[in-house]
Parts: sequence; C-alpha cells; structure tokens
Amino acid sequence: MAVTLTVNGQRRTVAAAPETPLLYILRNDFELNAAKFGCGMAQCGACTVLIDGKAVRSCVTPAMTVVDAKITTLEGLGSASHPHPLQKAFIDEQAAQCGYCIAGMLISAKALLDERPRPTDAEIRQALVGNLCRCGTHNRIVRAIQRAAKEMSP
Amino acid sequence: MSARQGISRRRLLEDGVALTVAFTLAPLARGFAAQAPAPLPGSLQKNRRLDGWLRINPNGTVTAFTGKVEIGQGIVTALAQIVGDELDVDLARIEMVSGDTSRTPDEGVTSGSRSIEESGSALRFACAEARSLLLETAAAKLGVPASSLRVQDGVVLAPGGGRATYWELTTEAMLKREATAKVKPKPASAHHLVGKSVPRRDIPAKVTGGEAYVQDMRLPGMLFGRVVRPPSPRARLLSVDEGAARTLPGVVAVVRDGSFLAVAAEREEQAIAAAQALRESAKWDETASLPPSGRKLFDHLRLQPSQDSVVSEKNDAAPEAVKTLQATFTRPFQAHAAIGPSCAVAQWQSGKLHVWSHTQGVFPLRGELAKALKIPAADITVTHREGSGCYGHNGADDVALDAALCARGSGGRPLKLQWMRDDEFRWEPYGSAMSIDLRAGLDAQGNVVDFRNEIWSHTHSTRPGESDGTNLLAAWYLKEAQRPGSARNIPQPAGGGDRNAIPLYVFPRQRVTHHLLPEMPIRVSALRTLGAYANVFAIESFMDELAAAAGADPIEFRLRHLSDPRAKAVIDAVASKAGWRPKQPGDGRRGRGIGFAKYKNLAAYVAVIAEVEVGRATGIVQVRRAFAAVDAGLIINPDGLLNQIEGGIIQSTSWTLREAIAYDSTRILSGSWEDYSILHMTEVPSVQVSLIDRPEERAVGVGECAQGPTAAAIANAVANATGRRVRDLPLTAERVKAAQT
Repeated sequence: MAVTLTVNGQRRTVAAAPETPLLYILRNDFELNAAKFGCGMAQCGACTVLIDGKAVRSCVTPAMTVVDAKITTLEGLGSASHPHPLQKAFIDEQAAQCGYCIAGMLISAKALLDERPRPTDAEIRQALVGNLCRCGTHNRIVRAIQRAAKEMSP
Repeated sequence: MSARQGISRRRLLEDGVALTVAFTLAPLARGFAAQAPAPLPGSLQKNRRLDGWLRINPNGTVTAFTGKVEIGQGIVTALAQIVGDELDVDLARIEMVSGDTSRTPDEGVTSGSRSIEESGSALRFACAEARSLLLETAAAKLGVPASSLRVQDGVVLAPGGGRATYWELTTEAMLKREATAKVKPKPASAHHLVGKSVPRRDIPAKVTGGEAYVQDMRLPGMLFGRVVRPPSPRARLLSVDEGAARTLPGVVAVVRDGSFLAVAAEREEQAIAAAQALRESAKWDETASLPPSGRKLFDHLRLQPSQDSVVSEKNDAAPEAVKTLQATFTRPFQAHAAIGPSCAVAQWQSGKLHVWSHTQGVFPLRGELAKALKIPAADITVTHREGSGCYGHNGADDVALDAALCARGSGGRPLKLQWMRDDEFRWEPYGSAMSIDLRAGLDAQGNVVDFRNEIWSHTHSTRPGESDGTNLLAAWYLKEAQRPGSARNIPQPAGGGDRNAIPLYVFPRQRVTHHLLPEMPIRVSALRTLGAYANVFAIESFMDELAAAAGADPIEFRLRHLSDPRAKAVIDAVASKAGWRPKQPGDGRRGRGIGFAKYKNLAAYVAVIAEVEVGRATGIVQVRRAFAAVDAGLIINPDGLLNQIEGGIIQSTSWTLREAIAYDSTRILSGSWEDYSILHMTEVPSVQVSLIDRPEERAVGVGECAQGPTAAAIANAVANATGRRVRDLPLTAERVKAAQT
C-alpha cells in the first residue's frame, strides 16, 4: 500500500495505508517535526497544517483524502535562517514557553492572515480558539501575530 | 575507570567535543571523605569539581554543564547569561549541555523554582574561579599582575598592550580541581548579560519545526511503541489476545509482563491500531478503589488515617479576640495536562540502556529505572530532551520505563513510545486534593490576634529517586510487581502540602497543623507549587473575609499585618499599577480582588490584582484583566521572568475557574480535552506585570510564584463583585451561581 502526497512543494510516495492519518506520514515519512501529536481527536490544534490554504487538523485527516491537495506545514513557511515574518514575529515577541502548541498556532495564524491581512485582536483570538496552549502564552501569541500582520501588510 | 566514566568518555568523543576530559561526579576523593567538606554555594556543594561545570575549549568555545533542564521556562538561556558575565565571553561562544547522566552534574530535579539558586549559583562561582585561574596564567605569561588584566570576549588584555586568549591559555589540567568558591563573583553593576532580556536559545527551533523535542527524535531502525494501560488504577489483566495483535500489519512485538501491556510496530499508526486491538480483546479484573467525588471527597479525606504535625506555633501576648471567623476551603485533584502527551526513546545495546526523556531529573530517573529494570544504574544513561509543558511531575518519567520495557521486548531496535491523550489524563499523577480549615480572631481594633490553619492533604511529591519504593507507574503492574514509595511530606521551610501554609503576616498567636494522608487511592505528585496554590488561595481569601469583618480595605488590612518591606512593596506596586481604590464595592457584576504570597515563604514576592465579570444569570466568571507586581531579587532575564509570570497567571486562572479531575468509584473519567476543559484563547485575561529589580538581593526563581496569588485574587474579585464567597475550587459557574441564591 502506498500513498502519494505533495508536501511543501515536494511530491513523494510513501509506503503507508491510505487511511493513515496525515500527521504520522508528515512526521515519520517526510520527517517534518512541526505538526505535533497532541490528542489525536482534533481537540487541541497541535497538529494543524494547511490543506489548500485552509487550517486542518492532520491527526484526523486520512492521507487518501488529501492526495490531490497542496499540503503546507510550518517548515514550508520558513526556516531558522530564513524565517517567515510570522516565525520572526514569534521569535521577536518570545511567544513560546514549552512551544509544543506553537507550530499549530502559527499555521492557524497563517490561514487567518491569508484571508484577513489586518485582523483585530478579537478576530485573532477567535481564529485560534481551537488551538490550546497550556503554558499561558496566549497574549504573546496574539501580539506576535499582530506584529507579523503589520510587517506583512504595512 | 568505572563503567560510567567509560560511557562519559565515549559520549564526549562521539559528540565531537574539543576537549575530552572525563571528570568524576563524586563529591570528594576517597581520602578526604572523612573530613567534612567546606560548604560551597548552590549545587557546587554536591558537585565540587570545576571541570564538572565548565570546559574552556582551545577552539574558542566554552562548554557549560548543568544538571537542570529546559522545561519551557528559559533556564538554559538564563544560565548562559550567568556564564557569559562571569567569564567575560559572548553568548555565541557558549555551548550549554544540560541533563545527561553521562556528562552533567547531578542536580537532582528541576523543580521548585530552584534552578537559578542552585545551578545559577554553582555556575557563577565556578566561572568566577575559572576566570581567575585563566587570569593567573595570563599574568605569568605576560609578566604583569593579574589585577591589572581585563577580559573582552575571552581575550585577556594587559595595560601595556599585551594580550592572550582563553583559548591559548586553557589546559587540560587547569579546571581539574575542586572548586573553592573563594573567588567572588561580579557585583550586579558589572553585569552585561544578566539583567538583559536575552532571547531564548530554544525558541527558533520551536517556531520553525527544528528538532526541538524528544517527540522529534528519529534513530536508525527506530520502532514505534504504544502502551495499553488498564481501565482503572487497581485493574489486573486477566487475558488478552496477543496472537491476534501480532498478526496485525507492522507489529514487531507484543510485550506483556503481568498487567503491563505494550506493543511495538514498524510504523506509529500501526502501533496505535495494534494497541487498540489489544485494548478491545483484553479482559481485566477491576476494583472499586477510588474515594468519593465532589463535596463528599473532602469529608472523606478528614476521616482518613493521617500523620499529623504542627508546622508553626506562636503564643505571643495579644489582646483577646472579640470576633472569630472560620471557614473551610477545598481544592480538587487537578492535572498538569501538557498539550503533548509524554514520550521517551529507549535503546538497548549489549544489556545497557540509553533513554532520552523529558524528565525533570535525569539522575533520579536513572536510579528509579535501575530499580524497576533490576540492572545497575551504571548501565543506564538518561539524556534529557525537551517535551511538552511540564508544570511538575507528569508522565515524563513513567513513559521512560514504558519505552525501556517495550524496547527490551522488541529485539534490540531503538523505540519511541508516546502516550495517547487519555493515557496522559488518566495516569499522570495529579496535584493532590486538599481541605483547609481556617479560623481567626480579631481584636477590638480589627487586628488578627489568633490564627489557626489545619490542612488535610496527600503528599505533593512521589517523584522518582525520593522514596523507599519504585515511583514509576509500570513497575506496579509487572508480574513481579514493585511497590510505589511510601508517602512523605517535603519538610518546612519549603513544605509540601503545607507549602505557604504559614502566613507571612504577623499574627501574635498562631498554629498551623498539617495532616498528611499517606493512603493515595488516586495517584498524586508535584503540580506546580505543590500545596502552595491551595494554601495561598485559602489564606488570602480568608484575609479578605477578615478585612471585611474588620471593616477594612483588603490592601490596607494586609499591609498593617505585614512587617517585611519587600512584601509591602509588591502590594503597593500592584495597587498602584491597577489603580486600586480602597473599599470600592463591586456592582453585582464586576469586581476586583487581590492575592499575595512570598513563594515558599523564602523566594519571590508576588501580588496579583484580578478584575472579573460575573454573569448574573449564569454564574460564569470571566477574568478580564490581571495585574501583578513581582520581586525576585536580582533579575537575570526580565522578559523571561515576565513570560513565566504571564503564563503562571493564565494557567492559574484556568485551574481556578475550570479544572477538576472527574472519576467514579473505579475509573478516572477525565480522558480528553472535552472532559477536562482549560481556558481558550478567547477566555484568557490580559496581564500587566511590574518588576521590582533588587540587584543587591539573591536571585530567586519565578516559575511557580504567581499561581497561588492569582487564585486568591480571582476568588476575592468574585466575592467583591457578587458579595458572595466561593471557597471551593474551581469557581465554576454552577458554584458561583449557587452562592448567589
């Protein structure tokens, strides 16, 4: 059994059952770290990735349903040496403690900014309501997204 | 050379470190063992070799070793700042190695907000001494007095233009000695890095998908493991269809030992599917072993056998009380609930085990794994890798044993095992439920003359390495089952269940009694602040009740009972920041309240003012704004401190408004985020923090200090808003609504 996916512009066939949740293929076959296992039930948002530009929970997304889609993970936005403005804003605001939720937060933020380049604080909070954070970094996350929004759409 | 030193040397070589000095972690050479060693600061006391803390490498880098670990609190960055300042080298040259039984000092557990004091002090003195040794060598080489030298980023400069670098001055022998702590570290005025908001070292990888967590580790040939936990704490496995699971795709091994059941597979989703199949075919014998829930729990706790101690007693002369108040406060079992379930990687090679873990204590975990696996500790290496959250003793240590057992039964390939969400919720040790009785007498002037505090609580620490048993979950379910350690309370002055139970206020007559309940039908251990969260909630709620009875403003009432100027200063600072107006009544909907504590009565001073809105019809409490003032002595990293306080206030708001583990007589019922709700992005308060920097004072940790004051501030704000007090945590809508009718 094999499934072919396009992740961060890279098309690859992996030996996995087609119903495999996308998350495990991203983490274990594509060796991408950003999307995290949090709950496996779409309750926490740690596994969020972009599917054709929309923020989706990869832990409950069977791989076979996204074979024709454009899948983007946090790694597809930027890197430590060339960070995306959102990533840079999170570094500038030091918007992480343990950081386990942050990749999901960043992806949800990317989907929001693509649709609403200059959101209000309330719109940001609403867009991230399905992304849980346990360390209490919420307000820094909102500040970082506002900083990135200003940077990207001055 | 001992086996452990052998591992140490080999790993250093593997990691390509410039200078491979195997150092001993033993506190003293055998010949000196009879003499009492001179006391040294912080963790130097137990790890006395300079080369255990520091290497100055000929390639222009410095390697600093700490037994403390990063748990999202920024400690590794803060320690690098200390190293940079004392040695006069740029941060970019400093490599930090943390939490590895083969390489770093044994600093026990990263807990109790003690890392700055223990590891920070040790590194400060070790670096100051190393710098002095380097300067002595430079002075001899340059023919000038050491006192005339200055250092710029590792370059020693002499007055006449002579120069030498650390990198040419360093020798293998230089730091192979015991620390003396005789070289005084720099005064705060000479710091360039300490006191600055240096960006955290760990954040870039975390926001770009770098390899940041143990969950991100991939070893060649690595298998994936999952554990099948019993349905309830006292359940025993009667039968399971192992054969059917073995035939499932990718399954490499089903590992069963007594009631411990796990599976290893080629792929992660295969391990999950096989674990599910095992769960479905398993037959268990379950026992109703859990205590009553809800209100009945607290009556039950008081009836249990207890170990009683009076932790504070004072009988100074004072006027008679003319008015007496009493009240009972409760706190339920609450979870750490990190976003990412616990995870570990284990690899067996020739009977020796290497575990990568997000444990808070690599050495205690190693000792406990040795007990559980019945192999010498010297055959185990534990290396810290970050995990999700932490907030105390969660599943991190347990999953390390799960991974080791699963890997041992799977034929020698390395294995990564992560818990599922419900494993974490149902099996992590919770913060203990507590019941607290307070009674106080006021004299005719409205001053407290008599104060009584009586606490019922389970222990707040059942960590590995602290007990007469084996404090790792799986060990209790093996065929040759091992016993958990017996309960004990962390003694004062830090305290466990009685942490912060002795008020900082000056009351002439006072008695604080702690009833430790040794039976633990529900598993408990350290949750951020241990007993302090509930004790501060209770005492500070009660202070507002006393102030009201005395007709006083809550802040004025607190200030008049305090003698410590630093305590008064944080209360004044937060009052000013929040624009506190004395005796301002709530309007039925909105209210404000204050909470204060000096964490452990020996660390950071924190005062919090919370502003709430209470739904009249619903009882729903929303915390709109929180203000805090913090005095943690010398501030190492102001932004790091702010991050901890902001996070602590938000997390405590969630604990205080929402959180309680649900269970019935047999099973833990909280298994997902639907059954254990935490605050969402739209529900968190804004947080404004004032820092009081005291460079002349000892730097203390801030990881936990905001939790208790926040709970009290919220409870007091709800009482201020509605005129009705809720004394049971959490302050759910149902309780707040019920209190109003």
